[in-house]
Amino acid sequence: MTSDVRGAGGPAVDLRAGSRRLGEKLVLTLLWVCAAASILTTVGIVVILFSEAAGFFREEAVSLRGFLTGTTWQPFGGAQGKFGVLPLVAGTLLVTVIALLVAVPLGLTSAAYLSEYASPRTRRILKPVLEVLAGVPTVVLGYFALTFMTPLLRATVGQLTTISVFNAASAGIVMGIMIVPTVASLSEDAMSAVPQALREGAYGLGATKRHVVHSVVMPAALSGIVAAIILALGRAIGETMIVALAAGNLPNLTYNPFEQIQTMTAYIVQAVQGEAPRGSLTYESIFAVGALLFVITLLINIAAARFVRRFREVYS
Amino acid sequence: MAVSTPERISRDAVQALQAPPGRNRSERAFKMVLLVTTGIAVVMLVVLLLDILVDGVAFVTGQRLLQYSSRFPDQFGFRSGITGTLSLMVLVALLSFPIGVGAATYFEEFAPQNWFTRLAEANISNLAGVPSVVYGLLGAGVFVYFFSLGRSLIVGAITLSLLILPVIIVASRESLRAVPRTLREAGLGLGATPLQVTWRQVLPQALPGILTGTILALSRAIGETAPILVVGALFSRRADNVPWDINDAFSALPIQIYNLVSRPQQEFQAQVAPAGIIILLVLLLLMNSIAIILRNRSSRSN
Repeated sequence: MTSDVRGAGGPAVDLRAGSRRLGEKLVLTLLWVCAAASILTTVGIVVILFSEAAGFFREEAVSLRGFLTGTTWQPFGGAQGKFGVLPLVAGTLLVTVIALLVAVPLGLTSAAYLSEYASPRTRRILKPVLEVLAGVPTVVLGYFALTFMTPLLRATVGQLTTISVFNAASAGIVMGIMIVPTVASLSEDAMSAVPQALREGAYGLGATKRHVVHSVVMPAALSGIVAAIILALGRAIGETMIVALAAGNLPNLTYNPFEQIQTMTAYIVQAVQGEAPRGSLTYESIFAVGALLFVITLLINIAAARFVRRFREVYS
Repeated sequence: MAVSTPERISRDAVQALQAPPGRNRSERAFKMVLLVTTGIAVVMLVVLLLDILVDGVAFVTGQRLLQYSSRFPDQFGFRSGITGTLSLMVLVALLSFPIGVGAATYFEEFAPQNWFTRLAEANISNLAGVPSVVYGLLGAGVFVYFFSLGRSLIVGAITLSLLILPVIIVASRESLRAVPRTLREAGLGLGATPLQVTWRQVLPQALPGILTGTILALSRAIGETAPILVVGALFSRRADNVPWDINDAFSALPIQIYNLVSRPQQEFQAQVAPAGIIILLVLLLLMNSIAIILRNRSSRSN
């Protein structure tokens, strides 16, 4: 009996290479174009932001150094305007810190509860509720901050100190609630990924459940938790409508959370509504602020991705 | 005097470990703290929804849906916002669904392991973290001015499509990955080309999951304000965007809500705006319900 050895010495067949039909090659090319579209998006963002920002820094009224270190932001005076971005950065940081002070404790405890204590049934109910919270449009949250949280703050803390109608605190608190799901979801993934053997080892040494949760599970899940917090940080910095509605439009270099401030995103929203003509200093300043915002969030995302990779590597 | 049997000693030891003085109480307190803080987020969601319902439900009337905007709070209607939002929804779906699924199929089924694939994948996860207002700047700079498309419906739709494309790609990839490998191997074994296997076997299996992800992404796009504000959506216009004249100026519900909330007049801020919010939330609720029904159906069939 002889076996058919035809092709045995021929080239190896690569199944993934697909057929030689012209139509199929065309479709594959089309799919590749779809995949490349996202790269074009990034290229578009980078080119448009940095070319307009470059135009901005070529103007006589501004310099890159003055932009990054100046403490006065008065962008609507044309050539007499002052373009020191620090007040906007400070406003963004103030709101972000408040948001994280709310979101990190709430998010981490939610994650610990969902991962270690909740019955499957409770989890099935709680997780979609958190998803809904993450899906509420931010303009709605802005309305809530302005018409519910601000009056609430003024009626309580307002007894002790003056609280402006627009203030960083109410925007920050509502933003914090918005990013609780971001913190909770990734932290819970990280805690669930902690091997059961670690928990059992701790129980064997006589630890109680509380000890296991905060001295074994949480430290073991640390890189995932850090990644979750960094991602939440990125969302808080980029969030626009809550601050545009509730935090005000006054570039203000302050630590006081009850004063009116302006964030980088809120400035962009304010300035585009002012119908600044293309090529004007104000128009270009929008893109300069946008470029700064993009760079900051990009760095944050890269850092988060690094931590996510680390926790995936450790336990899988 | 009690006899110390081994059973007795071990029982005592277990009891001592299980209930040292004060231990049970702090265990329970810890669990309570976790439960309460988990509950805070849920309570805030309920408060938010109740607050909006109480503020606005009396002001949602038939005429709010059918009339154009007005200077007078009692005559203000959301018609141009609703038609604009519906038009955006259809256009964004038409743009982002094929491109998103195409890209996901490429990455999951055909992409070779090389630098281009790795770059594109890293790029997508970074794009997902870019603030939405930056997409607005992209739309304004590239499409409004560079391609001279003006502040039109199609620019709004392109901007929102680019914004949700990473979300659709990630969801579609997960869905494709869940299709068993054996299905592909059986198809290839029967002599089908990889593309035929993808089109006739893999994609139909993955479709419910892909649709769910797409609808959820669409509902995110519909609720976005900042990007379309930056590309120049109008607060009010006395015309509809249906059927979709893509070069027309456009309005959208979130834009109208934003404008109403930032008005100083109490009637607009405290009565008309929450009515608009309720309309927007009902629209989103409908979309999410469809997504959940699709998800449940697909998880049952698998």
